[in-house]
Amino acid sequence: MGSVRQLEEIAIADCAWEIDAADLPDLFETAVRALAELTVDPATLAGTVEARIELRADSLDLLLFDFLSELIYRRDTDGVVFHGGRVAIDGDGPYRLDARLTGGRIDMASTMRSNDPKAVTLHQLAVEPHEGGWRARVVLDI
Amino acid sequence: MRAERVGECVWEIPPSEKPGMRVPARIYASEALFQALDQGVFEQITNVACLPGIVGRALCMPDGHWGYGFPIGGVAAFDARSGVISPGGIGFDINCGMRLLRTALTEAEVRPRLGELVDALFRAVPAGVGARGFVDTDVDTFRDVMREGAGWCVRRGLGWPEDLDRVEGRGCLPGADPDAVSERAVARGHRQLGTLGSGNHYLEIQTLRPDGIHDAELARAFGIERPGQIFVMLHCGSRGFGHQIGTDYLRAFEAVMKRYGIEVRDRELACAPFTSPEGQAYFGAMNAAANTAFANRQVITHRVRDVFASVFGRDARALDLEVIYDVCHNTAKLERHRINGAERDLLVHRKGATRAFGPGCPDVPPAYQRVGQPVILGGSMETGSSLLVGTATAMTETFGSTAHGAGRTMSRHQAKRQIHGRKLIRSMAERGIMVRAVSEGGVAEEAGFAYKDLRAVVDVLARTGISCPVATFTPIGNIKG
Repeated sequence: MGSVRQLEEIAIADCAWEIDAADLPDLFETAVRALAELTVDPATLAGTVEARIELRADSLDLLLFDFLSELIYRRDTDGVVFHGGRVAIDGDGPYRLDARLTGGRIDMASTMRSNDPKAVTLHQLAVEPHEGGWRARVVLDI
Repeated sequence: MRAERVGECVWEIPPSEKPGMRVPARIYASEALFQALDQGVFEQITNVACLPGIVGRALCMPDGHWGYGFPIGGVAAFDARSGVISPGGIGFDINCGMRLLRTALTEAEVRPRLGELVDALFRAVPAGVGARGFVDTDVDTFRDVMREGAGWCVRRGLGWPEDLDRVEGRGCLPGADPDAVSERAVARGHRQLGTLGSGNHYLEIQTLRPDGIHDAELARAFGIERPGQIFVMLHCGSRGFGHQIGTDYLRAFEAVMKRYGIEVRDRELACAPFTSPEGQAYFGAMNAAANTAFANRQVITHRVRDVFASVFGRDARALDLEVIYDVCHNTAKLERHRINGAERDLLVHRKGATRAFGPGCPDVPPAYQRVGQPVILGGSMETGSSLLVGTATAMTETFGSTAHGAGRTMSRHQAKRQIHGRKLIRSMAERGIMVRAVSEGGVAEEAGFAYKDLRAVVDVLARTGISCPVATFTPIGNIKG
């Protein structure tokens, strides 16, 4: 699993991350986990939900934008927070994502809730090769 | 980046400072606030000054800080024929805004029942991530909400008819187009009507300290009569619905900019010509979201009235739970302004900035024509919030705009490292402020020290004449997501 660093000087009312990972699937899987942990304590989600998400985008950064946006959308519409799973990415522009994710439902009585990330921004959005692995920068609206 | 001091609290960055700047950028700040500004404000407000069709100056209010696209506190006006519309100049939380209610209650009456009141409000108004609203709207009904805004609520008995007289635009912006809204946005939004949200959103019970009245005559115009009087303040917006519309059109605009020959310095400033099909579609969708935000604050007001009536055993009318005003701080609005002696139709973007029309302006409610449009500045939950009014100076200097709050000084993460939410809640209780929150971490993120001194922001607004202070309210009870 990759690592997430908070960028504290950027968009200070919101949430800015720098994500480092060994490869692209790891980068996207780390982002899933980070989004879940920003939102809830994943251990307190109710039940187990599995889902498959397939997306396509012209660039890797927009693929990450669309992927995180889809996770936020599913949380708001289905009450599900995904916190794990496997992500496969192929293509060299356009890029295709095939994610098989695991999560749970927000239970208003028992789930420890924290932030409500509501959108992904394009501000400083980047997904780039970095020191033999991959690095992403993403700012979420809180 | 070089900024020249052109007034006691006004700093101007000339177009020569960045390639592509079409107009100067102005920052409203005292020396101390200016020196404390983060670098992002300078980059972002000068990026805004590069956008096509911008008129006059790009402006940043004294509560400004690093945002995305526009800085928070950013104001920019674009020619309605040749300019652009940008979701990054409005924010994802379309028509995030403030509503202030007065009551006839006193702190002496409320204090003994404060715990009961705060608990009841916390139960009545769903807050935090994942919350579902208490107003059941199916998809078709939600389209009516998009068109009618707060008026839909009043029609359904979720408000008083006179409430609409004291809401910006009577709680319904013209031009809402439900057909320009995606199914995904509706799916996110239609079950969130009547939710507070989280982050910096709150529902607060406030009192007036003896030193809280800055202008007694203006205060009387709003029914602000005496120290100890109790007020209720709401800060929330269009919830997931507005965010999804922002997301949808941000992606769409990024794809079409090349076709219109537009280049931006920050991708979050993705935009389209206002008169283009894409620009008009976003404007219609944005107004739909703005109207649902008015409706959201209206139905929460209805719940607040029910709770107060239940706790104090008196009808909400007997408690004088009247709306003082409801004002947006994330919108783009078509307005007519006088520029160099000529009237021009402008699309005024305000992101974390409030409209502040002066006395006599046609859009100011009849009851406030003499004093000017109320402006509500939400401060921190520890230090309080302020009411001001718009001025004639704002009309000539800032497209009738002013600040929206205190403005942050540090990131959420940094605030959380400095204090634990539980400790802060305990400390606030010792100081007479009762907090009920979904997330203790969320409380820590909103600590008073994470914000600028609201008094310093208000002081700049007063010294520059773009708003006139009326009163400052002190929190005694706070509901947070």
